[in-house]
Amino acid sequence: MNQPSPRIAGGLVGPGQSAGRSALEDGNGVASPNVDRTCSTVLALPSDETALARARHGRGYWKNVWTRLREDKITIVVIVVLIAIVLTAVLAPLLTPHDPLATSVFNRLKPTGTAGHWLGTDEIGRDLWARMVYGGRLSLVCGVLPVTVALLVGGTLGILAGFAGGVVNSAIMRAMDVLYAFPSILLAIAICGILGAGIGNTILALSVTFVPPFVRISEAVTTQVRSLDFVEAARASGSRTALILRYHILNNVLGPILVYATSLISISIILASGLSFLGLGVSPPSPEWGLMLNNLRPAIWVNPMVAALPGVMIFLTSMCFNLTSDGIRQAMDVRL
Amino acid sequence: MTPTPLLSVRNLTKHFPVKSGLFRRTLGVVQAVDAVSFDVLPGETLGVVGESGCGKSTTARLLVRLTEPDSGEITFDGAQIGGRDGPSLRDLRRRMQMVFQDSYASLNPRLPVGMSVAYGPFAHGLHRAEALERAAMLLEAVGLDPARYAHRYPHELSGGQRQRVNIARALAIEPRVVILDEAVSALDKSVAAQVLNLLVDLKERFQLTYVFISHDLGVVRYLSDRVLVMYLGKVVEVGPVSEVWAHPRHPYSRALLAAMPTMDPSRRITEALLTGDPPNPINPPSGCRFRTRCRFAEEVCARREPPLRMLDATDHAAACHMLAPDTGHSLAGGGAEQVGQAPAVGPTR
Repeated sequence: MNQPSPRIAGGLVGPGQSAGRSALEDGNGVASPNVDRTCSTVLALPSDETALARARHGRGYWKNVWTRLREDKITIVVIVVLIAIVLTAVLAPLLTPHDPLATSVFNRLKPTGTAGHWLGTDEIGRDLWARMVYGGRLSLVCGVLPVTVALLVGGTLGILAGFAGGVVNSAIMRAMDVLYAFPSILLAIAICGILGAGIGNTILALSVTFVPPFVRISEAVTTQVRSLDFVEAARASGSRTALILRYHILNNVLGPILVYATSLISISIILASGLSFLGLGVSPPSPEWGLMLNNLRPAIWVNPMVAALPGVMIFLTSMCFNLTSDGIRQAMDVRL
Repeated sequence: MTPTPLLSVRNLTKHFPVKSGLFRRTLGVVQAVDAVSFDVLPGETLGVVGESGCGKSTTARLLVRLTEPDSGEITFDGAQIGGRDGPSLRDLRRRMQMVFQDSYASLNPRLPVGMSVAYGPFAHGLHRAEALERAAMLLEAVGLDPARYAHRYPHELSGGQRQRVNIARALAIEPRVVILDEAVSALDKSVAAQVLNLLVDLKERFQLTYVFISHDLGVVRYLSDRVLVMYLGKVVEVGPVSEVWAHPRHPYSRALLAAMPTMDPSRRITEALLTGDPPNPINPPSGCRFRTRCRFAEEVCARREPPLRMLDATDHAAACHMLAPDTGHSLAGGGAEQVGQAPAVGPTR
């Protein structure tokens, strides 16, 4: 190191070989451009154009995620089940000839397998299969909608807090701490209590309940990403804040936030069922899994199969959402 | 005499308050960079050396304004940054780019590296396709075949390859000055050597000016034209690299150079010239900041801070009381030369 040499020689190259241009290759396969060109002419002449095109457009990140997801068999099965559940809810009128509200005093609590009512009937003789498929509509809406609303509101606030830092961050986070002070079910009950029972108010109450955790998660992730060198580098390149948010922050924070969202859906379904169970959510005649579970509760001694079914559906749906979120998280981890 | 500096820094200062407790009381102030002044000449490579925590990286961040300075002026190409006629911050950022030490953290893990390189031009208004075109050109320039590498993600590349991408990214918006903050320090020696050679080639090809920050003196010696020695947020010595290596004038520079590992048995040092850690930058010593570790410290060193003074016509300056005749230091004036003969601190060839 003492004398100025025209070039520093690579590790295994002696000092005398200082002008060796080929020593410029990285130990791990970076070839100098001219070497590379020869390779590609020999090996990849036909696909050269497409390789270049692909290089220019890049393979999208989400496309990579999809490729990895397809290899994960369990997640695929779970997603298929989930799609089936959603489809039965959407296509409910096509799947059953019965009206979920039609009662029949003579057909109360028929066991599963009864002719005409293959899942049996409930405590006032309504067809259980009809109520299950129609009930899925309300339950799924109660699961997805509050989470979506909370994701949009909470995610925006959290990313803003995390990226802006300082006073903005303190203001947003302290406001969330106030909401956090209430247990989520208590907060939802309070909101429903003030606004009155009903599906719309249940969704609103659940949305408010879910905003704080979304803010906290997205704030934490954004703060972490914001201080990384690539964001600094983008700032140093004179880029506008909106572009930095879009290209550097958003695609790094969206993953964890979305994964959290899918795991919240199951909680939302259970909470909505809980509210219905307490009489604050969906009102009695409408089919909803939580409400059905509550109404069939006394029948557990008479016809356990029938009584347990809505619970099984709640369990199955939440488990599917949880497993899906696990699978997506794994597929999104680029460092795998 | 000397050409007009491309980048001129005057009295650049950054103090970080250390706050704690419920009421955010200020417990102390870290004087990370304190009244630092230097020039960067067009086309040169200015090396910046010093121990960890001496303010090298903060200086770099202040130059590209990733950190706002408390005070001081930065003049770029004769115009003051943020001044009325001077370039805006956005213009400055086009002209000065930075390469960071951590090659992984400085690339967005969710973007293909081609996109990372294209991002700068894209943010400056180039169309997506044009920006990607330029990215391909720059990847080629840093020795990565765009057809093979542009669509890859950072985790699919090695450290050396990633640092090449980072260099391409920095060059993508055609800066005139590139600040290399420990850019090769995290790489294997052999890979670092290749990247250094690449930097030399790129400098020639794109007519760049480098500010090269490193704690590796050998690397600085290889790449730099002039060198700036920093100690606890202060510039202690600045001069042409050959001059500073041959005749280091500040006791700290001498100790630093003597501490360099050498392959020559006759030059090995037997005792440490510098012991202990640098003092706490929250409460730096009064007067000369180096006095607590300096063998020649006297009463005057605690009393007055030595200014950076020009030593001879070769653009060599150092901040030490021993180098000026009228400071009251017993070794002042001629004394410094004797100090220069200290055992085993001999100049390199």
